[in-house]
Amino acid sequence: MNAASSSSSAPLLEATGLSKTFGIVEVLKDINLTVQAGEVHAIIGENGAGKSTLMKILAGNQPPTRGEIRMDGEAVTFSGPVDAEHRGIVLVHQEILLAPDLTVAQNIYLGRELRRGLSVDDRAMNEGARQAIRDLGGDIDPNAIVSRLSIAQRQLVQIARVLLVPHRIVIFDEPTASLTPHETEALLKVIKDIRAKGVGVLYISHRLPEVKEIADRVTVLRDGRLVASHEASELEPADMARLMVGRDVAKLYPDRQATEAREVVLEVRHLSVPGYAQDASFELRKGEILGFAGLVGAGRTELMEGLVGLRSSRGSVRLNGQPVNFRDVHASLKAGIAYLSEDRKGKGLLLAKDLRVNLTLASLGRFAGALQIDRKRESDALDQAIRDFDIRTGRKDILAGQLSGGNQQKLLLAKMMMLDPSIVIIDEPTRGIDIGNKEQIYKFIARLAEEGRSIIVVSSEMPELIGICDRILVMRSGRIVGEVTGEHMNENEIVQFATGVKSGEAA
Amino acid sequence: MSTVATETAKTPKTSKDWDMAAIAPFIALALLLVLGYFANPNFISVANLMNVITRSAFIAIIALGATYVISSGGLDLSVGSMVAFVASLMILFMNSGAIADPMFMLITAMLLAIALGAACGLFNGLITTVGGIEPFIATLGTMGIYRGLTTWLSQGGAITLRDRELQALYRPVYFGDVFGVPVPIVIIFVTAALAAFVLYRTRYGRHVIAVGSNEEVARYSGISVKKVRTIAYVVQGLCVAVAVLLYVPRLGSTSATTGILWELQAITAVVVGGTALRGGVGRIWGTVCGAFILEIVGNIMLLSNFVSEYLIGAIQGAIIIIAMLVQRSLMRK
Repeated sequence: MNAASSSSSAPLLEATGLSKTFGIVEVLKDINLTVQAGEVHAIIGENGAGKSTLMKILAGNQPPTRGEIRMDGEAVTFSGPVDAEHRGIVLVHQEILLAPDLTVAQNIYLGRELRRGLSVDDRAMNEGARQAIRDLGGDIDPNAIVSRLSIAQRQLVQIARVLLVPHRIVIFDEPTASLTPHETEALLKVIKDIRAKGVGVLYISHRLPEVKEIADRVTVLRDGRLVASHEASELEPADMARLMVGRDVAKLYPDRQATEAREVVLEVRHLSVPGYAQDASFELRKGEILGFAGLVGAGRTELMEGLVGLRSSRGSVRLNGQPVNFRDVHASLKAGIAYLSEDRKGKGLLLAKDLRVNLTLASLGRFAGALQIDRKRESDALDQAIRDFDIRTGRKDILAGQLSGGNQQKLLLAKMMMLDPSIVIIDEPTRGIDIGNKEQIYKFIARLAEEGRSIIVVSSEMPELIGICDRILVMRSGRIVGEVTGEHMNENEIVQFATGVKSGEAA
Repeated sequence: MSTVATETAKTPKTSKDWDMAAIAPFIALALLLVLGYFANPNFISVANLMNVITRSAFIAIIALGATYVISSGGLDLSVGSMVAFVASLMILFMNSGAIADPMFMLITAMLLAIALGAACGLFNGLITTVGGIEPFIATLGTMGIYRGLTTWLSQGGAITLRDRELQALYRPVYFGDVFGVPVPIVIIFVTAALAAFVLYRTRYGRHVIAVGSNEEVARYSGISVKKVRTIAYVVQGLCVAVAVLLYVPRLGSTSATTGILWELQAITAVVVGGTALRGGVGRIWGTVCGAFILEIVGNIMLLSNFVSEYLIGAIQGAIIIIAMLVQRSLMRK
């Protein structure tokens, strides 16, 4: 089978009958799973299917309620993640867990610093860090402070840190959620390298084409049960989607009629956000969905933040023909422009507060009389939002942080729609969201456009832009370098602009 | 990413489960009352309790303001010095004889104190928000400034209200009662009720909690973080002024040591009351309860014989640590 494993034919990792209950809720039931050395085993399923719980059990973060884990045929129990790590099971978390004020090298070696005599050996650690990042196909200065890095770069640092531990099994929990196609490609190559060394890989992802590319075996979870486990060669992405959702996902993207050109509502001329975006000019029409494509770090988010007054900017912006200059979000919201941040957890929602407080935060004026807030009306608004945006929650008094990613996004959308904006800017609308919820979010976006609102979608997922947008602008290094429309809306065209192969205005 | 079902089951941090942290200070207060009774049965008498609560008034009222500052994510170390400064100026004004009519003089002096308190708070607020200085450093600076100005005004001695007529007129504000309830107790509860209404029921209160909970989310929601924080410091200044209005008729005199360490007592009351020091959670009635606890502990130590009353500072220091440990264990559950 492979050279690295011992002579025994037992699988590297074998879980039988794993179950996990929290109180009366059974989140995992009778899961059987094997990981062979030199194999990539993908675990897919919608949010709430139990993938993360399964991974936490296998990485020693939580004990199973029932069931057994064997390594090399020998039953094992993990006292904690450190114990699992000693046995060679390492987990690459989905969330970035780095010390923001330390350097890249300091983070990679945090807790296992290299020493020379009494002092830490910065030179060796910088060299090691540089090499580890390079192995992942990245190029980051090991002396850079982590808080200055982009999310994609932090992700790479995090992976580099985990892979520094001697490992036999690596668990990736949605590692590509915030990576660009180029970075994803590099990461998949790294994973293939790891596999070639005889390491077993457990791979969780929502991106099915990528699962198809990388996985040897695919296991599908739904509602805490294992519904299928197949050789990857036997499954197409469409099959995977069907198994995950439990029904046919005929179409991910909603039908939209091509509408004739309507009046321009937003006209941006020579807008610059110092350090991030230069000389951006574009127009947005009524009822239009305009996409912004580009690599992570191309300045799309910063341009939008400059537009709505979250960052200082220069240039001219006209809203319905009137010149405007927003000094803060309060002003842009008042003018009818809502911006939904890509960073739902850090900038979108108060995770430690309940749904009602989150929903009305941006629009409290509508719920306050002369003095006090009308909580009854707030609650009614929450009921309405839960219906309108299909926010799935058992109880209404839970905290926003307890919702799944998809439902958080729906809540954030509902929150901003309380203000009835005429222009909605959505940054990475479906990052970290499963297929079922994605489909819904696309429908909501299409519905908003049909209602006559104008939408800007910033996304790194090209299929999504192509699927829902009327027109796509591509940014590279802070500039708008191209526009794709009509039959030119394909990934190839966008990538050429985004990477600089092609430049200038397209037809 | 994880399941909704999983998370509700494993981290039951819903609003209902938070209640334990909210009622903990009241349980502690009840236990103290029982303890006090066993230490000395006289403790539980109405007269003694009224007396104790009356004496907690300064810290309780200042701590109400501190609840705003802390739950909005700030900190104010200058409140003790501010009491001394505002009270000194108020007394100096009353001594100046600028207004002949005593009643008119008193009312003007009180309004002046309130304006001064608000101004001192505004100054703190602007340094931290517009100036962008860490609250700890900014108010450490103004703590020195207000204290130094007081020392200078008093020339190292005391500033005493001289006018007998004014003294007599002002006296009931601290020593009087309303239907048998001492005025300071009435003021505590009226101020707390007002503070609770604003924090829990109004837009501004919601904004305070949002800003303290996550500044970025507040900013992206169109809330002016600077304005909300600055106003919180003004609220703190107003609370200090109200405390001064009670303080002056009680002692009628200030010196360079007036209000020393009150900032620590106020912060202790806030934290013991269940407000998170990192911001985002504000508990008005918890704060009042925290101020009572501090005063009652001192009173029990005086009435009982097992612990020297000279250890009072050490006991209060221990209380803040115990309160934090209890809060933490409640949050983990």
